[in-house]
Amino acid sequence: MFASFDFDVIRRSLGYLFLDGMAFTLTLTALSALGGIIFGTLIALMRLSGFKVLGRIAGLYVDFMRSLPLVLVIFWFYFLVPYLGQWLTGASRPISVGAFTSALVTFIMFEAAYFSEIMRAGIQSISKGQPAAANALGMTYAQTMRYVVLPQAFRNMLPVLLTQTIVLFQDTSLVYVLSMPDFLGAASKVAQRDGRLVEMYLFAAVVYFTISCVASFGVRRLQARISIVR
Amino acid sequence: MIEINHVSKWYGSTFQALKDCTTKVAKGEVVVVCGPSGSGKSTLIKCVNALEPIQEGDIILDGIKVNDPKTDLPKLRARVGMVFQHFELFPHLKIIENLCLAQEKVLGRSHDEAMAKAAKLLDRVGLKVHANKYPAELSGGQQQRVAIARALAMDPIAMLFDEPTSALDPEMISEVLDVMVDLAREGMTMMVVTHEMGFARKVAHRVIFMDQGEIVEDALKDDFFGKPRSDRAQKFLSKILSH
Repeated sequence: MFASFDFDVIRRSLGYLFLDGMAFTLTLTALSALGGIIFGTLIALMRLSGFKVLGRIAGLYVDFMRSLPLVLVIFWFYFLVPYLGQWLTGASRPISVGAFTSALVTFIMFEAAYFSEIMRAGIQSISKGQPAAANALGMTYAQTMRYVVLPQAFRNMLPVLLTQTIVLFQDTSLVYVLSMPDFLGAASKVAQRDGRLVEMYLFAAVVYFTISCVASFGVRRLQARISIVR
Repeated sequence: MIEINHVSKWYGSTFQALKDCTTKVAKGEVVVVCGPSGSGKSTLIKCVNALEPIQEGDIILDGIKVNDPKTDLPKLRARVGMVFQHFELFPHLKIIENLCLAQEKVLGRSHDEAMAKAAKLLDRVGLKVHANKYPAELSGGQQQRVAIARALAMDPIAMLFDEPTSALDPEMISEVLDVMVDLAREGMTMMVVTHEMGFARKVAHRVIFMDQGEIVEDALKDDFFGKPRSDRAQKFLSKILSH
């Protein structure tokens, strides 16, 4: 049944698919995860702070982001960010930020909502005696968080954070709505150009599946190692 | 050194954990606080370095009012050592790093200076060989000795002990108490919440007995063990000394 298929199209486009497409996807994933974890940690700290107003704002933000489909947020942000930039800088025209920056900001903001919940659970998993001991040694709130609570929370939550990053890796394919050259976008372009839809989409599926699967396996092994150490 | 004047504390709006507590610990004095569980002794000691807030009264530490909103609490706490029931070593740091962290980040000591101090104190509590292990690799008694060394590394003017031996297996209690006895004999100002009456007999100057959030008895050691004035203290003593 594969007789009429031309799988050579994959070989011919490998360079473009991986050196351009996959490189873009991995860059976007890594930067989004990094930004999302940093921003998400700040949101988690806001939620757990004693200040009710801060906690409320952070809570609303998380609920808001989690109640919207990611595609919509990507789309919405792409058109909104230039105007936001104009408003912030007082420029006379909407500021063009480029599709990549827009997508990156979107993913960071969106994923921060999910990462913040993970970090919140991680921070709450640390017994209250730990910050008390740090305080008793004279550490400030910031020092207590930075040197005592967050390193432990981050370590405890590392497997979950990585699993969420694997989901993020798959979600980055949604930038196709902005016609960006990520891996799926690149595969799609080749597919359209050469009229080889089945071959290319099949190949894209296999690649996403393989990478995610291997990564998940790695996370499970890491989890096993961490739980032995503790 | 430590003055506690008419301190009251509530959890929520209904439960009163401390009722009008007044006492003090002079420089070089060792005061043992005992009493049944839930009597507020741990709460009281946590109020001394403001780990727990108080609603009424004053606590004055070395001339500085602890419950004054203007007090720089981190700075004040850095000068008072505290040892917890569950050790609370930082599990992600090696023993030596546990001792260095606050020295460097809070007191601003250089790494070499902090390491030298840490090594000296680990040697003192007999754990120098474990410097590069993680807390989870040590026994409870060893961890608590590290916790004492960690507090001492800050050169505290006084030490607070919150049931330091309650979470330990019986055979490990004495190794921790030995360190504390040495400290007391060196003239360290100490406030110790404990049930170890042997320790109290050996080194305490005064014993405070608490029950239901009140300081029921605050007496010199010999008076306390010789003839406790209150019924409640007598009952408590007979219970814990009978075996």
